[in-house]
Amino acid sequence: MSTETHIDDRYDYALREPRLPPPIDHSLAEASIDLEVRIGMYRTLHELRGFGKRAHDLFLQNLVKGTTHLSLGQEAVATGFGAAMQPHDYTFATYRGHAHSLARGMDPGAAMAELLGRENGILGGKGGSMHLTDASKGMMGSYAIIGAHLCTANGAAWSALMRGTDQVSVAFFGDGTTNIGAFHEALNMAKVWNLPTIFVCENNLYMEYTPIDVVTAVDHPAAGRAAAYGLDEILIDGNDPDAVHLAARDAVERARSGGGPSLIEAITYRSGGHSRADPGKYRPPEEVGAWAERDPIPLYHARLLSLGVEEERLESIQDEVAQAIDVATEFAKAGAEPDEGSLMTEVYADGGSRWRN
Amino acid sequence: MAELTYREAVAYGIAQEMRRDPSLVMLGEDIAAAGGVFKTTVGLLDEFGPERVRDTPISEQAILGAAMGAAMTGVPVIAEIMFSDFLAVCWDIVANEIAKSRYMTNGQVSFPLVIRTANGGGVRFGAQHSQSVENWAMMIPGLKVVAPSIPQDVVGLMAASIRDPDPVVFFEHKALMGAKAEIPDGEIVDELGTARVAREGTDVTIAALASMVPRTLEAAERLQLDGISTEVIDVRTLVPLDTRTLLASVEKTGRFFTVEENPRLCGWGAELVSIVAEEGFWNLDGPSIRITTPHIPLPAAASLEDLALPSVDRIYETVCKSVESGGGA
Repeated sequence: MSTETHIDDRYDYALREPRLPPPIDHSLAEASIDLEVRIGMYRTLHELRGFGKRAHDLFLQNLVKGTTHLSLGQEAVATGFGAAMQPHDYTFATYRGHAHSLARGMDPGAAMAELLGRENGILGGKGGSMHLTDASKGMMGSYAIIGAHLCTANGAAWSALMRGTDQVSVAFFGDGTTNIGAFHEALNMAKVWNLPTIFVCENNLYMEYTPIDVVTAVDHPAAGRAAAYGLDEILIDGNDPDAVHLAARDAVERARSGGGPSLIEAITYRSGGHSRADPGKYRPPEEVGAWAERDPIPLYHARLLSLGVEEERLESIQDEVAQAIDVATEFAKAGAEPDEGSLMTEVYADGGSRWRN
Repeated sequence: MAELTYREAVAYGIAQEMRRDPSLVMLGEDIAAAGGVFKTTVGLLDEFGPERVRDTPISEQAILGAAMGAAMTGVPVIAEIMFSDFLAVCWDIVANEIAKSRYMTNGQVSFPLVIRTANGGGVRFGAQHSQSVENWAMMIPGLKVVAPSIPQDVVGLMAASIRDPDPVVFFEHKALMGAKAEIPDGEIVDELGTARVAREGTDVTIAALASMVPRTLEAAERLQLDGISTEVIDVRTLVPLDTRTLLASVEKTGRFFTVEENPRLCGWGAELVSIVAEEGFWNLDGPSIRITTPHIPLPAAASLEDLALPSVDRIYETVCKSVESGGGA
């Protein structure tokens, strides 16, 4: 007797109704954003995209070991925020942190070298793809276990208050993070302490391999929880750099001026899988196709043209970025393996790892 | 000279450091207005104000995350986790974030912070409020681990922990809170990584920690009556570990015992015994013996808890039997 199980669209997520992207809000072209800021964001989009694609290629060449988590398709979020933050502000990211690191000014060569596990990597090869950090740029770390870094971002924000600076602290995270306890602890404390922390949820619709809506009590995993912490519900198009930038500007201004924390949910989509091991087959093909049509780069290209920027200028930016990615790649490939002595350094602040006399 | 209890010594040590460093802040549940559930932070709110002494929600991850973020951006912090058992709730931030981020970033960030927590049994609180978890912290590279047994060490090691640029987990023992001692006047600053010879002796060496130190000292008095001269080492800091003092003592006595409150498996004494076995083997006249809590959760009933924790009787009898038999326990 057959006991064949019927797997329907409740369990095979690729059979579900596709969740389609929102329509483009063309009125954002009229938004009050300086044209040079916009052109800067166009450049950043290409830098992040170029870096991500190159990281993917180097992985396929077996030069990047372990795993990588790319932001391909999601670059508008890091881009829009990067343009709204000051150099002394703080950033905390997840293992999917390449884009956020580069958007805060991390050298792409040093970042690429870190992916390759080289001595000239930003972390000397000790951190790898999931932990990109450049404290000199306020990029305070990429954390590979979701949730904790929201609490840590609060600490940096608290520190800014204690030191009397106007720094703000921005934590980027995915939709999956909204279901872990640390998310809720962090939001509550940020509100009751009125901290200048900005929580940015990149809702790419999937927590790793599972659609976020099938494991979440509310329709919007971040925005739907905002009211519970006395915060405004802020839901934006995360694939439109202008929408992100406007929301970022508002939140940064609020935090800097003593208005406290913000929680922003940016709807976006990753072009590829969760990590290098994942082909992303759990997504309906029509959905993947529809979001590919809503890629932030062509959207922004068209917007800048509509604002009168010449095609030649945009092309020259693309060319410059492509060259920079090549230079970064060569820098990374030319790096030596880490010195063996570095294995035992920097466990403790004396530079070493000595635990006994 | 002032006479202080162990619990008063906690606030005394913190106050000394908060006066010295105006940037030092502290946070935790019920630490400000209430003065801490163990009354270890009484008076700090009044002296240093609500900006520097902050009550938090019951959110251990938020507490330690805030401590981490503040420390890595230039504000030294003391965070309290009310009971050390609760470290399990926020262990991700301790073990994965605070302990590893310096290494992962190749030294880009530092964590000048102290996590204070009430540790240990003997107070009939049952399995979830009585554990000795110093070995949890000891096994994570990147942390320093301190567990004082007397008021003066509470003050001096608190100061050393606060001034240390690395993250320190500071275990305050619940059963010792009422212990009194004279504290010298003036600033007291001790040194991490130094054990204290609590009693000198020539026949056996016993290493103990926190509330096991006074029990071991009492057992040593009785052993002396039997003609067994006992050296008692208060280990005080598990990381860094003062192996020199331990090995020098074993070289003198030829016998090594540990008295540990933690459950048997992977207790800190196992590490000490292995070091003595590797580096002090030729000085040993008999097996090294660990006196520990059995490998069980701690029971609540007074009679059962007393059976579980190493007692003065058990320490005395174990050492006697081993010495008399010329070796085994």
